[in-house]
Amino acid sequence: MGNSLNAWSEALTGFAPMGLPLGMVILAAIPLVFIAVYALTYGVYGERKISAFMQDRLGPMEVGKWGILQTLADILKLLQKEDIVPSSADKFLFVIGPGILFVGSFLAYAVLPFSPAFIGASLNVGLFFAIGIVSIEVVGILAAGWGSNNKWSLYGAVRSVAQIVSYEIPAAIALLCGAMMAGTLDMQQINVMQSGPWGFANFFLFQSPIAWLPFLIYFIASLAEVNRAPFDIPEAESELVAGYFTEYSGMKFAVIFLAEYGSMFMVSAIISIVFLGGWNSPLPNIGSFALNDMTNGPVWGVFWMVMKGFFFIFVQMWLRWTLPRLRVDQLMYLCWKVLTPFAFVSFVLTAIWEIYVP
Amino acid sequence: MQELDIAGLGSVRVTRKDNNVVVIEKGLATDQMVLAMGPQHPSTHGVLKLECLTDGEVITEAEPYLGYLHRCFEKYCENVDYPAIVPYTDRMDYLSGMNSEFAYAITVEKLLDIEIPRRVEFIRVIVAELNRIASHLVAIGTYGIDLGAFTPFLFCFRDREHILSLLEWASGARMLYNYIWIGGLSQDIPADFTKRVKEFVDYFRPQAKELYRLLTENEIFIKRTIGIGIMPADVAINYGWSGPMLRGSGVKWDLRRNDPYSVYPELDFKVCVPDGRHSEIGDCLSRHLVRALEIDESLNIIEQCISKMPSAEGFDPKAAIPKRIRPKAGEVYGRAENPRGELGFYIQSDGKSTKPLRCKARSSCFVNLSAMKDLSKGQLIPDLVAIIGSIDIVLGEVDR
Repeated sequence: MGNSLNAWSEALTGFAPMGLPLGMVILAAIPLVFIAVYALTYGVYGERKISAFMQDRLGPMEVGKWGILQTLADILKLLQKEDIVPSSADKFLFVIGPGILFVGSFLAYAVLPFSPAFIGASLNVGLFFAIGIVSIEVVGILAAGWGSNNKWSLYGAVRSVAQIVSYEIPAAIALLCGAMMAGTLDMQQINVMQSGPWGFANFFLFQSPIAWLPFLIYFIASLAEVNRAPFDIPEAESELVAGYFTEYSGMKFAVIFLAEYGSMFMVSAIISIVFLGGWNSPLPNIGSFALNDMTNGPVWGVFWMVMKGFFFIFVQMWLRWTLPRLRVDQLMYLCWKVLTPFAFVSFVLTAIWEIYVP
Repeated sequence: MQELDIAGLGSVRVTRKDNNVVVIEKGLATDQMVLAMGPQHPSTHGVLKLECLTDGEVITEAEPYLGYLHRCFEKYCENVDYPAIVPYTDRMDYLSGMNSEFAYAITVEKLLDIEIPRRVEFIRVIVAELNRIASHLVAIGTYGIDLGAFTPFLFCFRDREHILSLLEWASGARMLYNYIWIGGLSQDIPADFTKRVKEFVDYFRPQAKELYRLLTENEIFIKRTIGIGIMPADVAINYGWSGPMLRGSGVKWDLRRNDPYSVYPELDFKVCVPDGRHSEIGDCLSRHLVRALEIDESLNIIEQCISKMPSAEGFDPKAAIPKRIRPKAGEVYGRAENPRGELGFYIQSDGKSTKPLRCKARSSCFVNLSAMKDLSKGQLIPDLVAIIGSIDIVLGEVDR
């Protein structure tokens, strides 16, 4: 358990008994297990409890104490359900749709540094990879929507694709501002650049007077990219029944949901890595009371990273249960006429700041 | 060079040369898609089917199909005694049973020409206005859901629950009351009822404000509803609109004022119409605002009723109820202001039978819905949802 960068993941990569790359498999399985566990506990149960709290209800209370086992019961129910493929559906597309969707959101986990000692794949273009790989989801959504042979699904898919493709532009430009401040696209290095004894004051969000603008733009655009309210128009249940997954049931439905929860954490992790220091502790050193040093390290890194991600997921849920939904044209208006110009403005301002202010 | 739309070919760019049309470029032939919205769709508020002809997301035509919930109300009425129709009126507009009973009761009382005890009138107004608030809460809450805001819906249902408990206490049922009988009430209100109603009014005023802040003042909500589905006042009158729909178009028409019944002339309340400062007159937001404002007015009415109501001393809610209802030959049309508009009953009596010869219900939802085709032309699918929600239909009353 060394303290050098990526010590854990490199040790795992080297673990290959009898020539089998077992370590690599474990490396890939860790985020998978994380998504599953987090989606079950925080994603489903947490969201139901949070929404219940906001709406003056109790939420799930029947299965287990405070309904803790509710998600488990739901999973059992989904497992028992018949796996229906509509008779007139395009069977191939219908089946691979959820798969591609999940792969799209899961692949981005490869470059998420969960701790100073752990990253799936230490790419020197990690951020670029994360921005690009999300686009694969579009293929899955289109496959699911078209393959269902349902008009509502098709509407949902077309809306979703238009939305994700459009919102990638402000999102990518906003992230580039962070990359400019770091001077690198390597996710670990971006985090290292935000380390320091001042804790949160070292984070990029507080390092330049304009950083809040790309931060905000990326947060809004990321909501649209993962189809969360108020941009959940691809799955707007009051308009399109359930959007592109209207026809799905059983485990395919569960996989789509897992992909959605996977993307939710993914965008939350990216925003906290680029603007809020990722695995760095936000606590500053106060004189001889070295809070920052005490709360940094590989294990603390995991804690901070996951907590920051969860915080943004909480904000996503908060917004979802507060705001109504935008209309399609209003969504595009917001993207092309508000977010994109402001993203460019923040890009230029950040560049000027980085050049002229040390 | 000009663009023509030749049937079946889609858009075709042509130019004219010596009076002959020369095709330069043939566009992609786009087809219109028939989209059946409902009867199983989350936001048609029941079993309404809208067959939409869509061009992309734009609706070129929407035709409502009704009758999925048809229960032969009018034929049924010809086969039962007058009092037996009362519980059936509950089942028409199941969100405002008291108001439907009220409308039916005053119609038959008009036919029989009987005098109603004053206390009965006040109790009727109180329960009807309570039910109006409950109904508007459902309308506002489900409208929020239609536009994607889930939380206001649950806030509305939380407060509606208090009203339902009160009405249950008075009548014994939560939605289908059978409380207002011809000539009286099924029973007097419980001893502390007015006190509890007062408590509710005090509790509900701040909650209504909170709801207002959460939903009506929300920027996205306003953006989604303002300028959508505009209905000019004259067209609205021609369609026979009534209730909050007509008032949303700026027409000051409320049967409680314009054709007063019961004790409404003694009560002080405003007829709410949009002032055009916050919304465009006649759009979805205006209709929503009218409902939101009417809740306040109903609270005022309830408070006035409680203070003016005669005491329960020597009161028999069944004193004026005729033992045997056999009206003399004739016909009558009675109407009352329901949460959704004018609910009218036309009753014909042959003078011999204890059953009506003909009983026709003029349902407000049905008439309001008839404008759907006009309203939905050229709108987007999300706007269509917003328009249906603003009409606030109850399919039980549309189909009867």
